Amino acid sequence: MTTTTPVPGTPRRRGRRGLAALPFLGPGGLYLAALFVVPLVLITSYAFFQRGRFGGIVWELTLDNFVRLIDPLYLGVVANSLKVGLVVTLLALLIGYPTALAITRLSPKWRTIALVAVLLPFWTNFLVRTYAWILLFNNAGWINQALQGLGIIDEPIPMLYTEPAVVVGLLYMYLPLMILPLYSSLASRDPQLGEAATNLGASPFRVFRTVTLPLSLPGVLTGCVFVFVPAMSNFIIPELIGGGKTVLIGNLIRDQFLKARDWPFGSTLALVLTISLVVLLVAQAAVSRRLNEGKRIRKAVTGA
Amino acid sequence: MAVSAAAVIGLSACAPSGSSEIDADADITEQELVVSIWADYSPDDLAERFEEETGVKVTIVNHATNEEVMAKLTAGGDSGIDVAFVSGQYAQALSEGGLLQDLDKSLIPNESNLYPEASELAYDPGNAYSMPYAWGTTGLCYRTDLMEAPTSWDDLLNPAADVTGKTTMLSTERWMALPALKALGYSVNSEDPAELEEAKAQLEETKDTLLAFDDTTFYTKLVTGEAVLTEAWDGWCNYGIAEDPNIDFVVPEEGSDLWVDTMTVLKSSENKEAAMAFVNFVLEADVQSWVAENILYKVPNKAAMDLLDPAIYEQYPNMAMTPAELLEEETIVDLGEYSTEYTRLATEIAAG
Repeated sequence: MTTTTPVPGTPRRRGRRGLAALPFLGPGGLYLAALFVVPLVLITSYAFFQRGRFGGIVWELTLDNFVRLIDPLYLGVVANSLKVGLVVTLLALLIGYPTALAITRLSPKWRTIALVAVLLPFWTNFLVRTYAWILLFNNAGWINQALQGLGIIDEPIPMLYTEPAVVVGLLYMYLPLMILPLYSSLASRDPQLGEAATNLGASPFRVFRTVTLPLSLPGVLTGCVFVFVPAMSNFIIPELIGGGKTVLIGNLIRDQFLKARDWPFGSTLALVLTISLVVLLVAQAAVSRRLNEGKRIRKAVTGA
Repeated sequence: MAVSAAAVIGLSACAPSGSSEIDADADITEQELVVSIWADYSPDDLAERFEEETGVKVTIVNHATNEEVMAKLTAGGDSGIDVAFVSGQYAQALSEGGLLQDLDKSLIPNESNLYPEASELAYDPGNAYSMPYAWGTTGLCYRTDLMEAPTSWDDLLNPAADVTGKTTMLSTERWMALPALKALGYSVNSEDPAELEEAKAQLEETKDTLLAFDDTTFYTKLVTGEAVLTEAWDGWCNYGIAEDPNIDFVVPEEGSDLWVDTMTVLKSSENKEAAMAFVNFVLEADVQSWVAENILYKVPNKAAMDLLDPAIYEQYPNMAMTPAELLEEETIVDLGEYSTEYTRLATEIAAG
């Protein structure tokens, strides 16, 4: 946007640089404003009004929607969502960490193949994959049929329409979101640090515990947030793989809008969820920053 | 008259608003219509055929659920929609809210195609503001080759050992409550908290015996044999029958509901005469027989049902249910504020 070309070597002022960035930020900024900020403002305002009898909003101020949140029924749904989200995140970490670590040790060619394999499911529609699961795992599905055909079992093993099935489904869906940030933080660590520790007599476990693990913590945090956030608010998996017998906060919000005609309460739930997740993201960013600062200081000390 | 109806918005159930705004001599070819209907619920060429016959341009927009179109219609101001397809109890709610134009029957001569029973619907007797488009009931859809024929809602609610874990129920609140309310001898429109509490206790027990709550894919579960007994809307059961002739539909002895999907004309419409002409056009026998033949829903249109290929009645026996039989069931009506109790019940059961 600016007509004057900065002289090389002259320290540019922040304001000028901000202006120059505008054309690049513009499209993304507009997109966010239209599709994120505006809906957020709407939802925030709906939360303070009353439900219209036939849906919609009655423009009379109320705090009832927030009072309803402490109803044991809804608190129970929130608690269950937290539980399911945490279990999925923990399992994703336990499975994803060794996977990411193993990928960093592959030859460059195999590393690419492994990363593509991790990403591959994302190239297929999410609903299609969910229905594929139903075909595979239902009581009359391929796996049960095969096991029965081979005479291994007499009665089909119920694998769908339970809460554990919801956890497994969510895990499958979001595991790549754990592996990728873990991989990126594990791959960017300096291999010499581990070698140095080994040369100084550290056992492989000690190298892992004192070198590898601390250096990968930002990736761990990012992965955990990436998995936890969508897992606890997903509503398709509880409905299709959980057979509608498990209710997560995502289902509750969806039902307020599409079944109960209660936009204000649905907005209140969505608002509280959004705020909690923003708090979580800010906390994650703060902790990551601190961890990175620690890394820089260590580097400065060891590098000097 | 229309002004007085607007003044009593939401107060009176049947304000006698007249049709003084309707000008029977209006030139409808100067009007254009926006019609909101469920996706895949009418012939693809409906708009073209209507335009050919009347010269009125029609834009069809789709909604996925009653709630979705209700949200548009009640958001305030002119929704831009002239004709809306909604279920009977929603038409009732819209009319009580003063949003519907009373139908001018002089512009809808094809109403004579309907069965006489089609003007005896509890939410709108005489079809003053809503014209029935399709109707049906809720019952048990089951595999004749895998179980004894069920006769009672109890066969679903307290299933026999060989059926346990192989049943599904609908999850939409009014229909989730229906089997328990009917089995207990109560109304599907019950507003008695004690009755709902009893229904809830039954449903909590039933939940442990269910394969799943399922509104949309239960018939595929029947086809695979994953489920053998499901709570089902009659038309949806027919989609299962189409794939497996061993599937059959029965209305339990305790009775069930009568649901009706209707056509309504919005008071905010500035094309009311063309809208009436559209409603009239849809009531033509060949339009409604398309619905029966392709959606496999019964239509309240005698002329249309008479046109149906007898093979359809043979393959899908519930298509042959008579209007008298349907009218024996209880019509679902709007419960106003009390409907939130049903929502809560459904959440409690699903989350419990």
